Amino acid sequence: MEPLISPPPIRRLPLEDPEPAKEATEQLKPSGDGPHQSGFTTAKRSVGAPQFSIRRMEIDEVSVHYGAKEAVKRVSLPVRQGEVLALIGPSGCGKTTLLRSLNRLTELTTSARLTGRILLDDVDITEIEPTLLRRRVTMVFQQPNPFPMSVFDNIAYVLREQGSRRARKKTLEPAVHSALDRAGLLEEVKDNLDHPALKLSGGQQQRLCIARALAAEPEVLLLDEPCSALDPKSTQVIEDLIVKLRDDVAVVIVTHNLQQAYRIADHVAFMYLGDLVEYNSATALFGSPREQRTKEYVSGAFG
Amino acid sequence: MQETPLTVPPVPPPLQADPPGAHQRKGAVEGSATWSLADRIGLAICWALGLFFCAIAIAIVVYLMIQGIKFLRPEMLWTPAAAGFSESETGGFSDALFGTMIVATLGIALALPTGIAIAVWLVEYGRPAALARITESTIEAIAGIPSIVLALFGTVIFSSSALGFLSRSTEGIVFGRSFFAAGTMLSLVALPLIVASVREGLNSIPRHVREASYAVGKTKAATTRRILLPTCRPQVATGAMLGLGRIIGDTAIIVVLLGATQNFAPVEGAAFPFDYLRGAGTTLTNFVYEASPTGNLNQPQKAYAAAFVLLLMVLALNAAVDVVHRRARKVGTWSH
Repeated sequence: MEPLISPPPIRRLPLEDPEPAKEATEQLKPSGDGPHQSGFTTAKRSVGAPQFSIRRMEIDEVSVHYGAKEAVKRVSLPVRQGEVLALIGPSGCGKTTLLRSLNRLTELTTSARLTGRILLDDVDITEIEPTLLRRRVTMVFQQPNPFPMSVFDNIAYVLREQGSRRARKKTLEPAVHSALDRAGLLEEVKDNLDHPALKLSGGQQQRLCIARALAAEPEVLLLDEPCSALDPKSTQVIEDLIVKLRDDVAVVIVTHNLQQAYRIADHVAFMYLGDLVEYNSATALFGSPREQRTKEYVSGAFG
Repeated sequence: MQETPLTVPPVPPPLQADPPGAHQRKGAVEGSATWSLADRIGLAICWALGLFFCAIAIAIVVYLMIQGIKFLRPEMLWTPAAAGFSESETGGFSDALFGTMIVATLGIALALPTGIAIAVWLVEYGRPAALARITESTIEAIAGIPSIVLALFGTVIFSSSALGFLSRSTEGIVFGRSFFAAGTMLSLVALPLIVASVREGLNSIPRHVREASYAVGKTKAATTRRILLPTCRPQVATGAMLGLGRIIGDTAIIVVLLGATQNFAPVEGAAFPFDYLRGAGTTLTNFVYEASPTGNLNQPQKAYAAAFVLLLMVLALNAAVDVVHRRARKVGTWSH
């Protein structure tokens, strides 16, 4: 069978940055919040070094097969609270599949088969009941997808027991407000919580989705290209938010946007055709990549 | 937001003779003047056919309205049909009107929950796949069966002694004709329409919306009840409306399974709603047929009046569905 993803043509270009290591050390300092410039070498990291980091999840030799196709090949990675982990790589490299396997969403695809272990606080996630696991490891998707109900009900749905309508509006109000506040949306919507969620702007919708994911009080937050459908302004708001969240929850973000990974991630994993090519701190991976393929990808040679 | 005018190159001069009015057209819009002859003829045919069918629909509605308003007397709505020698003695069609309402209620009460359940199972569960395929073909087969065939089949079922409690039965002989029997068979007429409409609604919800609900720890059942079905409300309403339309418009099942008597024929000795529901009766469609010049009553004026009432019911259903759709539009939808 012909492989679904053929390797992209690799153009060998010299790296533009002659002194990557020096610049990397400079960028470790928390930089001023100037406008993000375009062009990778001029991008600024918007965050400083993490205050702390606690290992929450452990991806151990995980492979995922879709039928005969191996989408993820024996990947091992740590996921830490206090840090943002970014998964980068060209389309079809298995990063979204890996992300989805962290809260067992891959199991919804009948052809998917997972081998290896994923641990959450040293417990194998296959031993955790899926609905409980997915409350501890919540996810935000590429397309903003609020439910077709009011802003308030979107959050309240998560807080309530399964399909129940119990827990009156009044008793849920503090929790709803706090979730919206953590997602930085409260100021904009607090006067009109009955507004239909799907009539918000794209950026607001995505922040509502983050608020919804946070309302479950998760320990790990998975973000699957959360900004790819948004404009630059909304993207920046959400990036700032993600950085703010990293102390409370372990954040894993899949992104196609290398500048974004560089701006907000503490650790970056570069995947290519299902392989984990390189895993390192953001400054090291972008500044002085060890692998040739990483070097070519982050310099924009392919992908 | 300010609209920027689109810069479209001006329409090139037509190669053939100018169609009349081409020069007066303002703005740079694509005109059919630049199309090939075959395309222009096709467009003209589409226009003509569209207008033709609009005209037919309007003619029917207007004609029935005129006739209906001319012949409909309010007392017809609450006077049952009666035997008599003159128009004034034969009463109205209240029994037929209530009969229509009863079969519609019974039929939709059976078909709507069943149809929604089947659609949800087909789209959301559908395992084992072979069973799903068989279910799908079965529903399609039911949709294709003429209602007179369903009616005949119904007589076999409802005349069995086990189902004697659903119709009139004397000394072990089951009559097999009742509102229960007709309503049940009519629900089969409505079922495929409801299943199709709800399936379409469920399929139009993007997969990531379901996953967003699963990804906060919700079960499939909770997602279906609180997210998917409320989202499908317009399609449920459409399906119910189409189904109701078929039910109240059906004549074959009424004649065969309801007895098509001119009045209610309640079963003596049964408790209140059941005496009527187990008995025979009639509906507006059957009344229209009987009152038409080919029927036994031959009172065309009353046929027009009853047909007008039937038309009003269908228009009211349409309006109700429109309200549901409009409300759903206020909630918005996902960008794909």
